[in-house]
Amino acid sequence: MRLTCPLCGPRDRREFYYSGSADYLTRPATDDAAGWDNHLHLRDNPAGETRDLWYHETGCAQWLLVTRDTVTHVISKVELVAK
Amino acid sequence: MRVAGKGLVDLSAPIGFRFDGRDYVGAEGDTLASALLANGVRVVGRSFKYHRPRGVLTAGSEEPNAMVEMVEGDQQTPNVRATVQELYQGLVARSQNRWPSARFDVMAVNDFASPLLGAGFYYKTFMWPRRFWEGLYEPVIRRAAGLGSLSGKHDEGEYEKAYAFCDLLVVGGGPAGLMAALVAAKAGADVILADEGARIGGRLLTDGETVDGLSGPDWVAQALAAMPNVRVMTRTSVTGAYDDGTYGALERVGLHLAPRDHLPRECFWRIVAKQAVMATGALERPIAFPDNDRPGVMLASGVQAYLNRYGVATGRRVTLFANNEAARAVARDLMAAGVQVAAIIDSREGASVAEDCPVYAGARVVGTRGRLGLKEITVAHKGDEITIETDCLAVSGGWNPTLHLACHHNGRPVWDDGIAAFVPKPGMVPGLTAAGAAAGVFGLAACLESGKAVGKAAVEALGLKTKPVKVPAATDRAYGIEPLWHVPGKGGLWAREWLDFANDVTVKDVKLSAQEGFVSVEHMKRYTTQGMAPDQGKNSNVAALAVLADATGRSIPETGTTTFRPPYTPVSIAAMGAGGRGMGFAPQRFLTSHQASVERHAPMIEAGLWYRPSYFPKPGETTWQQACEREVRMVRTHVGVCDVSTLGKIDLQGKDAGRFLDFVYANTFSTLQPGRVRYGLMLREDGMVLDDGTTACLAPNHYLMTTTTAAAGLVMRHLDFVKQAFCADWDVRFISVTEQWAQFAVAGPLARTLLNSVLDQPLDMARFPFMGCGSVQVQGVQARLFRISFSGEEGYEIAVPARYGEALFRDLLARAETMGGGPYGMEALNVLRIEKGFLTHAEMHGRVTAFDLGLQKMIAAKDCIGKGASLRPGLSGPEREQLVGLRPVQDQAITAGAHLFTPGDTVERVNDQGYVTSVGQSPTLGGWLALAFLKNGRARHGENVRLVDHLRGIDCLCQVSGPVFHDPEGGKLRA
Repeated sequence: MRLTCPLCGPRDRREFYYSGSADYLTRPATDDAAGWDNHLHLRDNPAGETRDLWYHETGCAQWLLVTRDTVTHVISKVELVAK
Repeated sequence: MRVAGKGLVDLSAPIGFRFDGRDYVGAEGDTLASALLANGVRVVGRSFKYHRPRGVLTAGSEEPNAMVEMVEGDQQTPNVRATVQELYQGLVARSQNRWPSARFDVMAVNDFASPLLGAGFYYKTFMWPRRFWEGLYEPVIRRAAGLGSLSGKHDEGEYEKAYAFCDLLVVGGGPAGLMAALVAAKAGADVILADEGARIGGRLLTDGETVDGLSGPDWVAQALAAMPNVRVMTRTSVTGAYDDGTYGALERVGLHLAPRDHLPRECFWRIVAKQAVMATGALERPIAFPDNDRPGVMLASGVQAYLNRYGVATGRRVTLFANNEAARAVARDLMAAGVQVAAIIDSREGASVAEDCPVYAGARVVGTRGRLGLKEITVAHKGDEITIETDCLAVSGGWNPTLHLACHHNGRPVWDDGIAAFVPKPGMVPGLTAAGAAAGVFGLAACLESGKAVGKAAVEALGLKTKPVKVPAATDRAYGIEPLWHVPGKGGLWAREWLDFANDVTVKDVKLSAQEGFVSVEHMKRYTTQGMAPDQGKNSNVAALAVLADATGRSIPETGTTTFRPPYTPVSIAAMGAGGRGMGFAPQRFLTSHQASVERHAPMIEAGLWYRPSYFPKPGETTWQQACEREVRMVRTHVGVCDVSTLGKIDLQGKDAGRFLDFVYANTFSTLQPGRVRYGLMLREDGMVLDDGTTACLAPNHYLMTTTTAAAGLVMRHLDFVKQAFCADWDVRFISVTEQWAQFAVAGPLARTLLNSVLDQPLDMARFPFMGCGSVQVQGVQARLFRISFSGEEGYEIAVPARYGEALFRDLLARAETMGGGPYGMEALNVLRIEKGFLTHAEMHGRVTAFDLGLQKMIAAKDCIGKGASLRPGLSGPEREQLVGLRPVQDQAITAGAHLFTPGDTVERVNDQGYVTSVGQSPTLGGWLALAFLKNGRARHGENVRLVDHLRGIDCLCQVSGPVFHDPEGGKLRA
C-alpha cells in the first residue's frame, strides 16, 4: 500500500501512522456530553468510501486526510489536514 | 536412469550428494528429484497420515510428495521440495515422516487401519474423555502424523529483504512471458522478468518443441539476448499480489549452493509494478484411480520434463494414462529417446491409435500393484481387464491454468467448459493481466501470440509506444480434453483413489464429507483437509471439487472454488522478517554518557529504544539492590548525577506559543514568566492522562517542553495533530530537540556545591529559586539550567549541546565522587520518585484521569484537549480508583500488579478494590513502599487493605496513605 503525500509524493505505507476516523477533526462543545460520547466512541464501519487520518511520521510530519474505499482499497484522495 | 543424448544437465560435471545416509552422484543442472530418479531411488518419503510409500510426482514447485529435510551441519530445513532443490556438491537430505526408514516404516500400520481413519476420524473418536486430549491423544497423533521436523536450534542462516520498482513485472519466463517481456523491452519499458526456475524458459525447456526452427532452450537464449534491458530474476517465485501493484516474491539466493558465510539463503522482495503480466502457465492434474499413489505413478508432464530437461528416464517400461490428446507427445518423446512405452491408455472413446505401441482408447486404469514402487497396472478396456507390467505410469488428467495470483484480491475464477478448467477473469487484480496458458490459452503458437498481445496492451497502458515484434513460428498441438476426474475402484475397505497426496485425502473422504452435510467447498476443505498441505492442493483441488460436485449433484462452477490466498508457494518467516532477528529487531539509541556508564560496569536497561544505566555497582556489591540502596542514600545525603537526556524535549516558538500550550495542557502556561518552569499535565481527547512533564519559558514566546521518555514520540505526533487540525493558522512552530541536548540531573543536598564547581560563575540563587531556569556557562559552553527535581531533593537539570554531553558527565562524576556523591541509575531513580510520589507511565497507564491522580484542580477554566470528555459522568467521583500510597503493616516484599481487597472480603473479582502500580524498597523510610490505585482511595488514608498477588504467592495487609512518603511539605525542594 502506498499513499501519495501532497508534499512528498507516493510513499510506502510504512512511513505513515494510522490514527482513525476523520470525525476526530470535529470537536463537540465542551459541555456536550452526548456529543463527546459520539465523537469518541461511535464510529461508522462503511463498506465503501471512508475518510481517515494518517500521519506522515517518517516524512514531512503532516497529518493527512485520506479518502479510500474499504471494498476496493482504492485511495481516491489525500489532502493535508492543515488548511 | 540417464538417457544418452537427452537433457540440459552436464554429465561431465558429477556432483556427489547424500540422501538417507547413502551417497549418490548427480550432474550439474539436476534437482535433487531428478538426481534421485537418475539413481533409481523411487521411495522418497512417507505420506502424512497413512505413511504410504511415496515417490516423485511432478517436476515443479507444486510437488506434493517429494518433500525432504535438508541438513546443513546442525541446521535442518524441513519440507523442502526435492523437485525445486537444485543439487550441489555435498548436499545432504533425508526423507521425512518415517521411522526407521522410508522403505520400512513402522507407522505404516496406519495404512492397515485406514478404513477406520477416514475424514473426521479424529473429531469423532477422540471427543472424550476430554482430559485425555491434551495428555494422550494429541501427542500420539502429532507423532504419528506430520511432515518434516526442525532442528530445535536457532536458524543461523542469513536472509535478506529487498524492494524493487518497475513499469512491468512479468511473472513466468515461459513462451508467453518471454514474448510479453520482449514487447515491453523493445518499447523501452523498465521490465522485471521473474521465474521460479533456475533457468528461464518454462515449458520450452521440457516439452521438446521447436520455435522458429530452434530448440526450445536455444530460442530462449536468443530471446533473452534480445532484451538486455530486462532485469531477469531466476529462482524467484512471485508469491502474492497485494494492493497498488505490489507483489511479494521469494528469491532463492543461496539455496542451490553449499552453505557458506555471508551468503543469504533467501531474499524476500516487495516489487512495485505499474503493470503486471501473469504468464504462470498451467499445472497438470492427476486422475483419481484406485491406488494411484504408488511410487512410479507420475504426472505425464513430469515424466517429460525429467526426460527432456534432465535426461532421466523415470522407468524402463512406461505407460501413459491420459484424458487428452496433448499428453500423447510424452509417449512419443519417450519412444524417440529409446524408452519403452508399454501402452497408452486413453480414456476417450474415439481417441486415435496412431502411436507405435499398444493404444487402448476408451480405457481406464482401475488398479495398480507394487508396494515400494509400481510393478503393474490393471486396465479396464471394452469390458475386459488387462494387466500390464510397467514401472512408471505417466498420468494426465488435463491442465489447470496457474491463476492463483489473479485471485489474491478475492476474485473468483470462471469455469471454461472448452478446457474443463477454471480461468481468470480480466480485472481481478487491477493492472494484472493473464497471458498464455495461465489465461487458458493452450498450445505453443497460441501462447506466443497471447504473450505478445498482452505485452502490447501493457505497454499501451504504460503510455509507451510499441515497436513491431514478430511472433516466432511454432505449432499448436491439439488439446482435445474429455474430462475424467475419478475412476471408481471395486470398492472394499482398503480401496482408495487419492486426490490430495500431501494430506492423504481420498475420493471416499470427499464423498463422506458431502454425505455428512459438509457440502460447501469451504466446509469440505476443512473437514477433509483437502488442499491444506504445503502444496495447497495445486494438483488436487479442482479434481476434489469435481468429485464434490458429482456427490452433491451440482456442476463444478456451482460448487465453486475455495479462497486463494498468498503465498503461492511457502515463504519462510525468516525471509519475510529478514534483518529483524536479535539486535536487528529494533534500533538502539545510546546516550552521550553511554560509554562512561559502561566503563563503570553499569548494566543497561531498555527504555523504549534507549539504553539507560540500571545501576552503578561498586566493588563488594553482589546484588542490584545493594547498589540501588546506596545510590538512593547518596542522593538523599550527598549528591547524585543521572543522565536524563532520554526525556523528550520540544522547542516551541511564536506569538501564539503560550496560547497553544494552554490548549494542549490541562493547566495554564500563557501566564508563565521567562526564567520560570511549570509542571504540566496533558490529557488525551477522551479525558485520560496522556503525559506529564515540565515546560520552561526560556524567553517571551519561546518555550521548552519536556515529555516523559516513553511518550516523546507520542506527544510530538499529538502536538502536530492539534496544531494542524485545530489551530493551523496560529503563530506557533515547534520541533523536537531531544537529541540536540544532553541533560543531567544533579540532585541532593550538595547539588548546588557540585554545580558551582563546574560553572564559570557561581549560581545566582535569585535567578534559580525552585522552578527557576536560565542560561549558565560551563567552561565557556552555553548551557541551560533548570531547577526541577524528580527525587524530592534540591535538584537541577543542566543541559549542554549533545557534543559536550560525555565530557560534562565525566566531569560531574569525578567532582561528585570527591564529595561523597556519584552516578545513580534507573533503579535508584525509581525508588527516589516512589518515595516522593512522583508519577511515571506505570501510573499514567492510559486509563486514569486527572481526578484519579488527585490533579483535577490542574484543569483550568479555559478549553483544552480532553476537557470536554473529562467532565463526563463516571470519570470522577468516589467510584473511581484513586492514587494512594501503601506500606505493608509488617514489612515484607510486595509487588506491582497485586490486587487490593477490603479485609474480610473474599478474594474474588467482584470485591476488587484496586491494584498496585509501582513498588520499591525504601532505604530512606525503611521498608517497602507502593503506589496504587484504590477505589475512593483519598477518603481511605489510614485504613488497612489486603494486598494479594496469587502469581507470586503474596497476601498481606497494607496501610493506605497519601502517595507522597518523603518530605510531603516539599521543604527540601525549595531549600
